[in-house]
Amino acid sequence: MKVIVVGAGVVGSLAARELSKYDLDITIIEKNLDIGWGVTKANSAILHAGYDDPVDSNRAKFCAKGNAMYTQLSQELDFEIRRTGSYVVAFSDQEVKTIEELYEQGRINGVPGLEIHDRNTLLEKEPNLNKDVKCGLWAPTAGITEPWMVAIAAVENAVANGVKLVLNEKVVGFEKKGDQIKKVITDKNSYETDLVVNAAGLYADQVALLAGAEYVPLHPRRGEYILLDKKMGSIIKSVIFPTPTKTSKGILVLPTIDGGLLLGPTAVDLQDDMKDHLETTAQGLEQIRNFTRTLVPSLDFSQTVKTFCGLRPESPQKDFFVQASKVVKNFVNLMAMRSPGLTAAPAIAEYVTQEVIQQAMGFKLSKRKDFNPIRRGIKKIVELPLQEWQELVKGDPKAGRLICYCNEVTEAEIVEAIKRGARTLDGVKFRTRAMFGRCQGGFCSIKIMKILERELGKDMSEIVLKSPQSWIVDGKVRE
Amino acid sequence: MKTDVLVIGAGAAGMAAALSAAKNGARVILTDRDERAGGILNQCIHNGFGLHYFKEELTGPEYAERFSTLLENYQITLLTDCHVHNVKPDRKAVLVSPKGVFEVETKSIVYTAGARERPFGTLMIPGDRPSGIFTAGVAQKYMNIENRIIGKRALILGSGDIGMIMARRLTLEGVEVVAVIERLPYSGGLLRNVIQCLEDYNIPLYLSSTVVEVRGKERLEEVVVAQVDNNYRPIPGTERIFKVDTLVLSVGLIPQVELLWGLVQLDPISKGVSCSNIGQSSSEWIFSAGNCTVVYDLVDYVTMEGEKAGKYAAHYAKGERFETGVPIEIGENVGVIFPRRYVSGEDLVLYIRSKKPIEGATLVVGNFERRFEDVMPSEMIRIKIPSQKIMGFERIVVSLKEE
Repeated sequence: MKVIVVGAGVVGSLAARELSKYDLDITIIEKNLDIGWGVTKANSAILHAGYDDPVDSNRAKFCAKGNAMYTQLSQELDFEIRRTGSYVVAFSDQEVKTIEELYEQGRINGVPGLEIHDRNTLLEKEPNLNKDVKCGLWAPTAGITEPWMVAIAAVENAVANGVKLVLNEKVVGFEKKGDQIKKVITDKNSYETDLVVNAAGLYADQVALLAGAEYVPLHPRRGEYILLDKKMGSIIKSVIFPTPTKTSKGILVLPTIDGGLLLGPTAVDLQDDMKDHLETTAQGLEQIRNFTRTLVPSLDFSQTVKTFCGLRPESPQKDFFVQASKVVKNFVNLMAMRSPGLTAAPAIAEYVTQEVIQQAMGFKLSKRKDFNPIRRGIKKIVELPLQEWQELVKGDPKAGRLICYCNEVTEAEIVEAIKRGARTLDGVKFRTRAMFGRCQGGFCSIKIMKILERELGKDMSEIVLKSPQSWIVDGKVRE
Repeated sequence: MKTDVLVIGAGAAGMAAALSAAKNGARVILTDRDERAGGILNQCIHNGFGLHYFKEELTGPEYAERFSTLLENYQITLLTDCHVHNVKPDRKAVLVSPKGVFEVETKSIVYTAGARERPFGTLMIPGDRPSGIFTAGVAQKYMNIENRIIGKRALILGSGDIGMIMARRLTLEGVEVVAVIERLPYSGGLLRNVIQCLEDYNIPLYLSSTVVEVRGKERLEEVVVAQVDNNYRPIPGTERIFKVDTLVLSVGLIPQVELLWGLVQLDPISKGVSCSNIGQSSSEWIFSAGNCTVVYDLVDYVTMEGEKAGKYAAHYAKGERFETGVPIEIGENVGVIFPRRYVSGEDLVLYIRSKKPIEGATLVVGNFERRFEDVMPSEMIRIKIPSQKIMGFERIVVSLKEE
């Protein structure tokens, strides 16, 4: 049986990996040049605890469950998570009331370990918080990860289990026979299929429309971020949320996996035709600066490393749209994956495989006996004990050549990233953290261009930053 | 491995320090993470180096070669392609190279790691994140070392020296440079570069202007420039769109000090390693010189300070000890100074940047006074203060008095 998964974001990647446990012929089709480069690439990277989602919503159904699944998943797929815990902090009596409501909602949603901490306990744990804080809702299961690494790890494992990955192809149509899709048509090829899983992120509504299936209209909600240097990384230990409003969780302050500090996101609803508007704005960045200072007054914005913007797929229902199509009999929607989509993704992958595809749609799937759940990440050489590092260099001198000095990434890791599919500067960056540090590639980007050139047998002028036309250098100065 | 002096970074400061330490009888290890010694000089193929030190005009590579060829005549072990992973308070450092990972035990260090360029991300410029945005040094390396053209039409943000030199370089190689944009009401680089790199090539310099947005989904397509008010805030309604595929940033250098975090005191103003006039840091066994202490205009000065730090590091390794010295403090109209402490004995060589342009200013240092016609923040003052003029002071205040 042939399955096409549209989209290699965190939702599609985990769904494909879950499906690879069964005897299926699976192909992932992704329009970008790499895995996890849509919604997955730029969000708050949080494993939410699950107190924030309305009772009986799909968000509530999958969030706490997905959160718990990340422990085993991160071990199997060897990506980093850190259970930092999170605080929702209250500064007024009204906010204290909201926190009590969230506590109650979390209890019903089955969120473990919730506690309301008084001012003293809170300030003891987070001494850099604004001293005017009254109390905070502590959620110990909340944490952080690197969303793109989740997607990359899931796809690598899926591919090891037989899944095919097609990059740089955009789904432009479907060939149908009656109420069944027979072929998925891309801008370059067509693929026969028996089942389509639509995990096309911001564009999932358009893909469903092409298939003639149900959809909820998606519009992008812009979220801008400021990333601060590692020097600022330790001033906050957990994820700090302001008290949420009806529409948003607000602008947060949180540590990142590699030790920096992330501030954001803003929340601005854009027209549905603005799905490529990934630009940051002067107002957005100003808003982040002003607001986060009210949470953590000692933030130092001279330590800014970069600013960026992500778009999240929002629908009028403000909930995940996860179901089999009733009109197209072999089409499944994993749509409107707004927050907490990253957290929910593993639970949704399991749900769609078992309850939707097998039970609701009636596909008979048989488990593969040889499924291997283990994937190993690229070894972070700098973290090795010196003795081991020394041994490694004897066998592979590239393990002793530092390329990225800020994050101490060796040539061996960059070569390995290329072996695993990095074809662009961003492909190397998101797999190794090279160019992610405070010099932003000032010293290493040219070295990485040369390694890409050598390993791929290409000319430097053919190597791009992130998309086909994002060229970096042109011809030669002298022939 | 054991040594007397470990020099970290083989650019202008490091080569000078290594040679001087070796001439003073020390065993020296000189490391650099690049494949050859010379540092950033290797990519600076324009001339203008060496006027003060050699009394002649050299290109960057020529200047570097004057020193690198000397290295082998002395007791200096040059380790290239070698990264210093850490430096510990017990005077050991871990070095990593394709040849191996090893620990070096040293009596003293001369830290000469230079500066890095302020990257685009720190500027918080709104807009897209396309390719085609380069720091000047990266653009220069692509052009001069990798033999690559970086674009067809370029705008340059920041009129620092490297920015202006790149404006000329790009123009000479057929890239159209539409303008240089400077936030300040005056150029950020040397006057000679304004004339030789911009005016001679009819490249307009827009002062009191900045980039307020970059556009381009893939490669850079447009840059929006606006004028700024006295507080450097963009003035609405003054926006101008430049259609360019390349933006080159020359927006400042940041001393690289991260390796020494927790080991030495930093200068809160320059953000570099805070040193006395013999190049000694707050940690008595660590000496430092060059752009990791304060960002210089001229490599000649870097060489001179490197030589001094190397010499005293060698003396320290032999057991000589030095006083901490009296603090040198920033007074009126002074932006950056180096050094920050004065150890009595030698005359004091002082480097000063003014906070603002001043016509007719008197430099006052202890009992020393000197009048200057014009001072500019972009042109660093180097001046020798005779020791008798600053003797007996508990602290030495440096100020530039306006007339």
